[in-house]
Amino acid sequence: MTNSDKNRLKDKAFQVFGIFCTLIGLVVLAVFLIDILIKGLGRIDWEFLTSLPSRRAARAGILTAWAGTLWILVLTTIIAFPLGVSAGVYLEEYARKNRLSNFLEINISNLAGVPSIIYGLLGMEIFVRQMGLGGSLLSGALTLSLLILPIIIVTTREAIKAVPGSIRDGSYALGASKWQTVWNQVLPASFGGILTGIILALSRAVGEAAPLIVIGALAYVPFIPSSPLDEFTVLPIQIFNWTSRPQEAFLINAAAAIIMLLFITFLLNGIAVYLRNKQQKKIKW
Amino acid sequence: MKVSERIIEGLLWLSAVITILVTIGIIWVLLSQSIGFFQVVSLTEFLTEKEWTPLFADKKFGIMPLVAGTLLTTFIAIAVALPLGLTIAVYLNEYAPARMRQIVKPLLEILATIPTVVYGFFALTVVTPFLQQFIPGLAGFNALSAGMVMGIMIVPMISSLSEDAISAVPRSLREAAYGMGSTRLQTAFGVMVPAASSGIVVSVILAISRAVGETMIVAIAAGQQPRLTMNPLVPIETITTYIVQVSLGDVPHGSLEYKTIFAAGITLFVFTFALNNISFWIKKKYQEKYD
Amino acid sequence: MAKNNIKLEAKNLNAYYGDFKALKDITISMEEKAVTAFIGPSGCGKSTFLRTLNRMNDYIDGFRTEGDILLDGKDIYDKNIRVDELRKEVGMVFQKPNPFPKTIFENVVYGLKIQGIKNKAHLEEAAEKSLRQTALWEEVKDKMHKSALALSGGQQQRLCIARALAISPSVILMDEPTSALDPISTAKIEELIYELKNDYTIVIVTHNMQQAGRVSDNTAFFYMGELIEFGKTKTIFTSPSNDRTQNYITGRFG
Repeated sequence: MTNSDKNRLKDKAFQVFGIFCTLIGLVVLAVFLIDILIKGLGRIDWEFLTSLPSRRAARAGILTAWAGTLWILVLTTIIAFPLGVSAGVYLEEYARKNRLSNFLEINISNLAGVPSIIYGLLGMEIFVRQMGLGGSLLSGALTLSLLILPIIIVTTREAIKAVPGSIRDGSYALGASKWQTVWNQVLPASFGGILTGIILALSRAVGEAAPLIVIGALAYVPFIPSSPLDEFTVLPIQIFNWTSRPQEAFLINAAAAIIMLLFITFLLNGIAVYLRNKQQKKIKW
Repeated sequence: MKVSERIIEGLLWLSAVITILVTIGIIWVLLSQSIGFFQVVSLTEFLTEKEWTPLFADKKFGIMPLVAGTLLTTFIAIAVALPLGLTIAVYLNEYAPARMRQIVKPLLEILATIPTVVYGFFALTVVTPFLQQFIPGLAGFNALSAGMVMGIMIVPMISSLSEDAISAVPRSLREAAYGMGSTRLQTAFGVMVPAASSGIVVSVILAISRAVGETMIVAIAAGQQPRLTMNPLVPIETITTYIVQVSLGDVPHGSLEYKTIFAAGITLFVFTFALNNISFWIKKKYQEKYD
Repeated sequence: MAKNNIKLEAKNLNAYYGDFKALKDITISMEEKAVTAFIGPSGCGKSTFLRTLNRMNDYIDGFRTEGDILLDGKDIYDKNIRVDELRKEVGMVFQKPNPFPKTIFENVVYGLKIQGIKNKAHLEEAAEKSLRQTALWEEVKDKMHKSALALSGGQQQRLCIARALAISPSVILMDEPTSALDPISTAKIEELIYELKNDYTIVIVTHNMQQAGRVSDNTAFFYMGELIEFGKTKTIFTSPSNDRTQNYITGRFG
């Protein structure tokens, strides 16, 4: 066998290995989804969705968990959306290149790398204790808002960066002020991108359990929260709780709850991908 | 009008500056709570003691077992994710047809969107029983399956960041290698991967940082027994799991036990902060090189 | 040159991007209701100078000016001058057509709307008037509420001119307005410039020597940030007094 034959053989071998590795990722994903569907799908019925939690697996439902998750979604959006977009607009449109903006940038990328459980410790001290909000929905939403703030800021900046400078020039040349230009031209033109980023950030928030456990969200909440100051649980915590129990019946409950959680996560991601594709098709400068 | 412009700019500035307050808040909370801890437990004991039993009658405050557990699961995760992720990146970049890449990439990205609590469930109820068929000594809670599943979760992070780095290598380099008769494999590992090495290193460091801070997978599947061991088959406890364990219990606020989670938290923060800044530094240097 | 009023003038103007001196001691006057063309090789400062005339460079980090620019005798860099008011007086058209990603109607009335004018009849009237001025009305009157991005390049550029006219400026700055257009669209824009100078003072930057010859009354030649020569267009093109002008016009460099 010549040297070149050997090289060609190695090349082919790596190709096969490459396909194999790619398949591992996909097969694991498939096994995983199928396993959960087999275990949990049969458990999902109207009663499961509308029942309160219970110490008896067969009677337990996820009503309070998904109600809590919805509450958290709405509150987190209300808090994080204006804050993150404002910060992104400031950094992209207003900030001069100086030490402060440089520091802000480094700081935000650092915050993006802080483990979520650390945000839990922050929320525990600041929101739960110092501000006296307790283990409430509001504490949870504030904590998660800080957690996803870096993601929203970064995606907002990218969306704004994609708006061509000529649009701003055109607006300024007609006598528009900075804010009029941002509000009338830059934000409408980048809205699709910003929205995509926010939905992706929310899908991250929906799956978080660790920081909420730290701030004291409960596993057992026998009522649907009716105000932001009520105690709560969310789907991931409910799943964690059921998974930690030895009885097989609770594992099935956990699988069923996972299906619901994945449904929400995939739905959010699907919307984000759809918006992104639509946006890319629509805008041709 | 001029005034309202000023007010708006002020509000926007404030939103940006809040991010600095968040960092200050994190550092302040971690420091102020753990200072109380370190007034009782010396830093030397914290760093050299080989047991961690703050919740028992015989209290020992050595962080080493938790650090060991964290490093063990992280090591296993990277051992799974790095070869898989890098191979996928090279394969998709150099070998795969464009159509396949378009389909496979978003599918792999799904792995990164699945909540970690779900991965924990998978590790505990599928991977561990599966591995137990081959490894009889494998405990129900262990670092091995938690680490492996974490590795799968991190694959898209390494593969997509590495792929970005590889495709950022100038075309001319690849063509030069092909021009001299290199095979795709020789081009990939002889030219492209070395040229993209800083980007790949950044992706691995970020992946390590992510694995170190990962909580729910290990809390569910790796156990809650702080143990100074490198044995992947027995239950261990990571820093993050310990924080969850204490948070779930009824430890009174202000007590020494309560403060331990902040001491553990600051240890975790130091690790991830260092990793993030190393990656930031490499990225900065690398960008300047190509500009 | 003295027979017309002076609309705009620069006196000993220097401009800097950080440490780089982009404009060196420019002194020039532009006549009212006439077309002044700026020519010169790339990077000679002609566009920079044009953009100082309505302070478009204000948002560029590190940009600053010394000396005066007077509009109707008043310094536009004076502290009491509000830049949005200045730009209502001094409109601008850019190199590449840059319609906003909105409807044709929204594009034309944008300048009025941000001034707070909401009266629909008034806006519609103004839109029709400026679209007629740019000879675009017949082409777009049935699709006023369609996206401006669907227009051809030449139509887009005329829309951008209409948009500038809608806020009734007295000066219009044009930064190579035809460089992205085909010859037919270019001819239409040039015709338009010829019409517009009855009512407006026009300053145009162009790379195209013939265009400067065709549309302008006066021509200024810039080189390396300096104003080399300025005078009647005919004079500049037939008997320039400076060698560098001569070389540039005859195509020996640039």
